[in-house]
Amino acid sequence: MRSAKQFVTDFGWPRIIIFIFLVLLFVAAPFFRVRIDASISDVLNRFGQNGLFVLAMVPMIQAGCGLNFGLSLGIIAGLIGSTLSVQFGLLGVFGFFGAVGLSVPFAVFFGWLYGLLLNKVKGEEMTIAMYVGFASVMFMCIMWLILPFNGPTMIWGYAGKGLRTTITIEGFYRHFLNDFLAVRIGDSFVFPTGMLLFVGFCAFLMWLFLRTKTGTAMTAVGSNPDYARASGISADKMRTISVIISTVLGAAGIIVYQQSYGFIQLYTAPLAMPFAAVAAILIGGASVNKASMVNVLVGAFLFQGLLTMTPSVINSALQTDISEVVRIIVSNGIIIYALTRKTKVTK
Amino acid sequence: MGQQGPLLSIDHISKEFYGNVVLNDVSFELKAGEILGLVGENGAGKTTLMHILFGMPVIADTGGFKGRICIDGQEVSFSSPFDALDAGIGMVHQEFSLIPGFTTTENIVLNRESMKPSILNDVFGDRMSILDRQDMKKRAEAAIEKLGVKLDPDMLVSEMPVGHKQFTEIAREITRSKTRILVLDEPTAVLAESEAEVLLKALRKLASLGIAIIFISHRLHEVTEVADRVVVLRDGIAIKDTPVAGVSVRDIASWMVGRSVATERVSEGEAREFGPEILSVEHLWVDMPGETVRDVSFSVRKGEILGFGGLAGQGKLGIPNGIMGLFQAGGVVRLHGKDVPLNEPRTALEIGMAFVSEDRRGVGLLLDESLKWNIAFTAMQIQGKYLKTILGGLFRIRDEAEMRKLTEEYIAMLDVKCTSPSQKAKELSGGNQQKICLAKAFAVKPDLLFVSEPTRGIDVGAKKLVLDTIHRYNRDYGTTIVMVSSELEELRSICDRIAIVDEGKIAGILPPTAELPEFGLLMSGLGANGSQEDLSA
Repeated sequence: MRSAKQFVTDFGWPRIIIFIFLVLLFVAAPFFRVRIDASISDVLNRFGQNGLFVLAMVPMIQAGCGLNFGLSLGIIAGLIGSTLSVQFGLLGVFGFFGAVGLSVPFAVFFGWLYGLLLNKVKGEEMTIAMYVGFASVMFMCIMWLILPFNGPTMIWGYAGKGLRTTITIEGFYRHFLNDFLAVRIGDSFVFPTGMLLFVGFCAFLMWLFLRTKTGTAMTAVGSNPDYARASGISADKMRTISVIISTVLGAAGIIVYQQSYGFIQLYTAPLAMPFAAVAAILIGGASVNKASMVNVLVGAFLFQGLLTMTPSVINSALQTDISEVVRIIVSNGIIIYALTRKTKVTK
Repeated sequence: MGQQGPLLSIDHISKEFYGNVVLNDVSFELKAGEILGLVGENGAGKTTLMHILFGMPVIADTGGFKGRICIDGQEVSFSSPFDALDAGIGMVHQEFSLIPGFTTTENIVLNRESMKPSILNDVFGDRMSILDRQDMKKRAEAAIEKLGVKLDPDMLVSEMPVGHKQFTEIAREITRSKTRILVLDEPTAVLAESEAEVLLKALRKLASLGIAIIFISHRLHEVTEVADRVVVLRDGIAIKDTPVAGVSVRDIASWMVGRSVATERVSEGEAREFGPEILSVEHLWVDMPGETVRDVSFSVRKGEILGFGGLAGQGKLGIPNGIMGLFQAGGVVRLHGKDVPLNEPRTALEIGMAFVSEDRRGVGLLLDESLKWNIAFTAMQIQGKYLKTILGGLFRIRDEAEMRKLTEEYIAMLDVKCTSPSQKAKELSGGNQQKICLAKAFAVKPDLLFVSEPTRGIDVGAKKLVLDTIHRYNRDYGTTIVMVSSELEELRSICDRIAIVDEGKIAGILPPTAELPEFGLLMSGLGANGSQEDLSA
């Protein structure tokens, strides 16, 4: 009894309620002819697709930079890497890791500039981050049109220049991770082993990093910058490192997302992606100043689970196609809920 | 001067904060037209007494107070400063509460502006009245006249010299027609000598108009100059209540710092031998807000405990903060004969100095982290301790087991009351938090340890433990310690030499056995030279 109580306090009521709600959706699904196996497969897929984005929130939260609403910047670095990879005609394993490798220098550079900016606006990081994200997406809308890409699968057919809004990566690195050691059961259930392993490996690396000297210093900066300074730590440096790591993870995240989804989405596609990641980590129980791997995994699973199940169940129940509307209501509703629940550290 | 009964009487007032007695049975009376000098060391209870008098909510929030306050013989109880204002008590704070973008006049009559009706009144009521600027100016000029100073009624506060701000604030209090009692908390602290002169003259003028004044100041010669009577608070007790006539600055100083119980020195009779000079500081300046260090030079020998005392705001706290690189500093600091680069906290730690900050919760602790983290963090970051390699040397991560061992060691050594090394620092009491701060500094095994206000905000029992710990650490490991404290007795109990800091400079260095009045005089800005003329006066 005592341990059950302890578990509830540790895990938190919001998560338990959402979890129960999710289970209820799964129970209700068959009654509306929603296939359970397809749904579970969907949830796992989306979990894998978004896992790295949620993980990308951790370093900045730990370093006291708040939630990374400017994750779009990392996503853009990833898009640059992936379009370059396709442009160079890299296939399969080279395609995927080529895309990641090509995007990392961009992500590091963008992250560094972004970090410098955030160090100048301490206390207002989240607002500024959001505008950085929006502005960079809009700027890239212009760049996608005028950058000299010329791969025939990538550019507009009628103009002969400018990148398309969606670019297929069929034949390049589509399902590179998803199909690695994938387990198929029946027609509609696929367990994306490779992708989940990759996400798990990244989470493990982050877990290790937070236990290194630098990771410890970063956490201390987030917990009390003055304490860290008095212990000889440069708060600005640690914050910049955290922003760079977050941006790099965002870049790798979008490439993992693409290989599962099958398309590179350009232009305004990255605009709203940070919000889903922010909502997921908050649902997972992280505060604005503290986040753990458990928060990441639980949050990504619950959020993506809700996002997958609610629209499909409601759609089937109502016999109409309002899935997009429901999806937007649910995801933004959760973001609002999560942001109002954010807790602060003791000062 | 007035022949009638007392205007204000403070009757057996006691106040405690969470079991910590701050005021103990304080009584005094104030007649109309009288100037009462209220003096005492930091923490003697002056501010708390004024808070009670002024009905500050902080008093009620912390459990109220015992005793009575009477005005004109009627008992009063204020639930907010507004009640106090209505009862005729005006207060001039240490920090200016003026609106910088408004003129002198506007600030003086703020929220009591003269109004004239406008056409909108008929529709919207009085809130739509127009300011009667001419009348406002007239009232402001009258108040300035009353003070007997020169102030431009149309000058913006942001463009004024500090002295004028102070006068504006006083003028504002006396325009209230009801104001009969005026409380001035350190009004001269920010003023230059000549401005202070003018202020004192203005106070005498106000008193002659029948306003009773409570004048709080650390500048004792001002008190003897202007006050009719002086009340000395010490540790919450009104130790002396006497007419100023015939009292010298030296008397007041010794009443302020003297303790009824003689302190026993921990190291009584012990012959102390020190090594060579370990730290030398020349012409140090530190830009620490509120604790500016102007020009400080001293040297410390190995194994010594050097104390820094002095009143708050005089710069004693700036010295360790500046040397450790936490605030902008300049000058020459040498450790073991080698130059210490200033403004680099990391280097300061690397070359063997450590610092226990006076701001325990702000700088000293990671409140949201475990005790393990708090104690091991600095040693880990600076010296690479408490890390272990894993995966064949690929990564070096925290060695939680070693950190735990270290923390348990210090918990035992310093007798920290906690549930486990994993408990969060914010859950400990003040005294135990202070021990954790000390443990953090000890864990880096410094050659030179700065300890700043080690006993601030902790109870008597914990105080003794903390002081004993510092003393023992010095004796056992030969660590040189520089301790900064507002409590003279504390310094006298464990230090080998005590430097008194006044106005950003060292006023003098005394042995701990020196007479109390000596310390008091140094603190009041009257060094060996200053006291001469005062004594003859």
